[in-house]
Amino acid sequence: MIPYARLLGLEVEPGDIAPTYVMPFAIELVGRPSFLHGGAIGGLLEMAAVGALKQALAAEGDVRIKPINLTVDYMRGGRDKPTRARGTVTRLGTRVANVEAIAWQDEPDRPIAAARINYLIVR
Amino acid sequence: MTNSARAFDPKLLFGGRFGGHGGRLGIVYHDHGDDWVELALPYHKDLIGDEASGVIASGPILALMDTATSIGVWLKLDAFKGHATLDLRIDYLRPARPGQTVIGRGECYRITRSIAFVRGQAHDGDPNDPLAHVAGTFMAVGGYW
Repeated sequence: MIPYARLLGLEVEPGDIAPTYVMPFAIELVGRPSFLHGGAIGGLLEMAAVGALKQALAAEGDVRIKPINLTVDYMRGGRDKPTRARGTVTRLGTRVANVEAIAWQDEPDRPIAAARINYLIVR
Repeated sequence: MTNSARAFDPKLLFGGRFGGHGGRLGIVYHDHGDDWVELALPYHKDLIGDEASGVIASGPILALMDTATSIGVWLKLDAFKGHATLDLRIDYLRPARPGQTVIGRGECYRITRSIAFVRGQAHDGDPNDPLAHVAGTFMAVGGYW
């Protein structure tokens, strides 16, 4: 796991299509008092998106990916409980991948945040 | 610049240092004006996203710009007001250079009663060679006024 993922305290749950990343609540992740920092939620979403894309590209061997841009919608405050996130590769092209990711705490259909991310793929 | 006539001083925010996630990332105050702030994110190995190159992950830059644009709103408002990020869009123009401090500038260019509109850029030494660009909105639950 990369140093930044360790900073966020992430744990990985493998999945058939994409892994789920779990981020336990921690004082080091707080923004406004008793709520998760938007940057920590965004960082978790990015890790989930990268995890989904790497799994989709796993059969190809040495492929590099670079984030082009990211749009995050924050829907609910991140409270004092574990946050989960999973990415979905919407389209895997030759040069660009479109990936979505959602983060939730109680139920996946009650997301606290969602992201759309475009990646450059260097084969 | 002189800010003595103004009520909100970001240097005094949280006792001049960031707690929580900003503190863990190492974010510190750099400079400010009437509707903008610059925060610094010094290079640290804990922020690395690519171990082969030593380039930091994109998440800390997102957190830096979220924080800077949030403070930009309080500067334009000239008051602290509890609010939350509604959305944030970031373009990663190029990787940050390993070892370099990233400077994130957040500006609020418009506030309505409910919504504040923000933008900003990050660089690692030369403001004319930015590494990231952001645009977003914040929302005050009880309204900004």
